[in-house]
Amino acid sequence: MTDATRLRAEHLTKSFAGRRVLDDVSLSVAKGEVKGIIGPSGAGKSTLIRCLNGLEPLDTGRVWLGADELTARKADIDALRARIGFVFQDFNLFTHLRVADNLMLGLRRVRKMDAVEAERCARAELDRVGLADKWQAWPAELSGGQAQRVSIARALAMAPEVMLFDEPTSALDPQSVGSVLRVMRELVAGGMTMIIVSHEMAFIEAVADDVVFMADGAIVEEGPAGQLFNTPHAAATRAFIDGIAAAHRGEATTP
Amino acid sequence: MSQWLAFAGSHLPTLLAGTGYTLTIWAVAMIAGFVAGWVLAVARVYGGSISRRLAVGYIELIRGTPLLVQMFIVYLGLPQIGIVFAPLTAAIVAIGINTAAYQAEYFRAGIRAVRPGQIAAARALGLSRGQAIRHVVLPQGFRIALPQWANEVVIELKYTSVAYAISVPELMGRAKEIGAASFRYFAIFCVVAVIYLVLVTVVTLVLDQVERRYGLRH
Amino acid sequence: MIYAVIWDNLPYLAEGAAITVALALTLLVIGLVVGTGLGLIQAYAGWPLRLAATLIERFFRAIPAIVLLFLFYYGISVFYNISAFPAAALALGLRSAAYQSQIIRGAIAAVPAGQLAAARAIGMTRAAGIRHVVLPQALRQAIGPWTNEALSELKDTSLAYTIGVVELMRQADYIVSATYGHQLAVYSAAAVVYLALSLAANWALTRADRRLAVPGLSH
Ligand SMILES: Nc1ncnc2c1ncn2[C@@H]1O[C@H](COP(=O)(O)OP(=O)(O)OP(=O)(O)O)[C@@H](O)[C@H]1O
Ligand SMILES: [Mg+2]
Repeated sequence: MTDATRLRAEHLTKSFAGRRVLDDVSLSVAKGEVKGIIGPSGAGKSTLIRCLNGLEPLDTGRVWLGADELTARKADIDALRARIGFVFQDFNLFTHLRVADNLMLGLRRVRKMDAVEAERCARAELDRVGLADKWQAWPAELSGGQAQRVSIARALAMAPEVMLFDEPTSALDPQSVGSVLRVMRELVAGGMTMIIVSHEMAFIEAVADDVVFMADGAIVEEGPAGQLFNTPHAAATRAFIDGIAAAHRGEATTP
Repeated sequence: MSQWLAFAGSHLPTLLAGTGYTLTIWAVAMIAGFVAGWVLAVARVYGGSISRRLAVGYIELIRGTPLLVQMFIVYLGLPQIGIVFAPLTAAIVAIGINTAAYQAEYFRAGIRAVRPGQIAAARALGLSRGQAIRHVVLPQGFRIALPQWANEVVIELKYTSVAYAISVPELMGRAKEIGAASFRYFAIFCVVAVIYLVLVTVVTLVLDQVERRYGLRH
Repeated sequence: MIYAVIWDNLPYLAEGAAITVALALTLLVIGLVVGTGLGLIQAYAGWPLRLAATLIERFFRAIPAIVLLFLFYYGISVFYNISAFPAAALALGLRSAAYQSQIIRGAIAAVPAGQLAAARAIGMTRAAGIRHVVLPQALRQAIGPWTNEALSELKDTSLAYTIGVVELMRQADYIVSATYGHQLAVYSAAAVVYLALSLAANWALTRADRRLAVPGLSH
């Protein structure tokens, strides 16, 4: 491992009710690197990314954030999670809190900031995602795209060392997708370390340095974005990418 | 009618004094039941197997028996093992014990209705399990439980009248006294009915407003 | 010693429990009949009747059971020499009707509008459609919430003690006086009997709910 490695996972396995969902998966992302994860529904992408910050307990395998091991017996998992940003497919904004308090909850309770500092920090992040005027709004009053940008701001406010995205645009209408992807592009440009699970192939191809193709709980293929999308080695990868492309052209995916 | 009004008017001060007791029993018991209800609900949902079983046992026992029996046990039974309460205290304790079980069930249903993603999001920010429960699950669970909880609050206001059976001089007890002295039972209970009608209507209207403001449904 | 007191007085407790059950059943039947009527009026009648039904419902729900018991007992005594049991059955029964009407109304609202439309489409009158299509479905749906109401009324029969019905609590009281004490043991025994009755009623009603389950009719 080089000093630049931010997040590293080795030999992860995980079963649900006896069914193997992750089968010896290893993965690492370097400082400033953007890694895309693609694959068919049920491949285990969400499970993998949730295991990376301990939201889902592992059966076996180890995960490190920098030099600190999340899976260590004595690890302070809460403190480590605070250093990893996570963005959910369905936002999970706290429905009982205004946008402002959604952003400040972690700052106050975890980072132990005082009210003034937390507000300054939260306002800056909300401004960064272009929603400064939603400070006092309730989550229910936001459109899907706005809610997802607030949830990104909530994660960014904690000044994470790495950001994990689990299909951040899948629950959005087509108009909203663009606004969220724009924010994510800016993060990429700012040098944020990111792991992105997404079905937005064009976006992944454009921003990811490296792409992982998963199927049936295992990594089938991993490589630079351009190579993986244009000249994939594995037949399964090609079939998946062709299928997506076909679907986009409005053709039937099966003869 | 005017005769009845004169009768009602002459006894109004006594009845209002009784109403003071009624509201005192109600308010103190509801607050105690609120705190105990949350403890029971959290124990039932998040506790280990022992505290979970204790909570279930308590809730089922209390909900399976009448308030009157509970009040008699507290006021007449416990002195036999050296625990003596004044009537007012006994009434508050009994109603507190009673409402705690019902409130616990409504809070539990509220907790269960909080979407799992909410806890995941709190944990993802680095909040501990306890913090996530305290700052996310409980406030949301309470808002979801608000309609049922408000209902329970009104129900217990009416049940404070049971305290008359252990000689607390609350509204019902005063009415009984006046009835015994004047032999005008029906007239005095009509007055009492009107007072309860006013109390319940006011409390219901206030709670409706609270619900409208803070209620939350998924 | 204490066990002997309970054991010797078991017949009296049983007698009290029988009255408790009889009172509960009577008041629930009154409540079901009147409550269904109120519920139907609130769901289908014109506004004057609807208003009247709603006022009756509100009145009975706002006033404590004990106050209703005394109101009915002393109120009816003015012109008719009523004994405690029927007075209690009537007071608690009408109060239960108010709660049951709410349950029925909710259940009627949960029956899809298409059901009545379909009944009309095969030539049934509106009343016949309500009677033969909507109401059976609604009553079926109501068993769940109705179970809660029944259990709650079972416990509230103890309040009839206050106007002198010799039910379980009154019998317990007699036993306490007759044995000079033992309050804790005797009232606890009464509590156990109530608990047993609640559990039995809950078991029976849950079973009935499952027995009468109709595929596709969810609740
Ligand atoms: N909590 C759970 N309990 C049982 N099985 C689960 C659970 N979570 C996920 N699974 C199963 O694990 C497998 C992988 O699920 P996962 O959500 O990780 O897939 P995914 O690649 O994210 O799919 P999608 O693209 O649909 O989001 C699926 O078969 C799913 O049914
Ligand atoms: Mg997924």
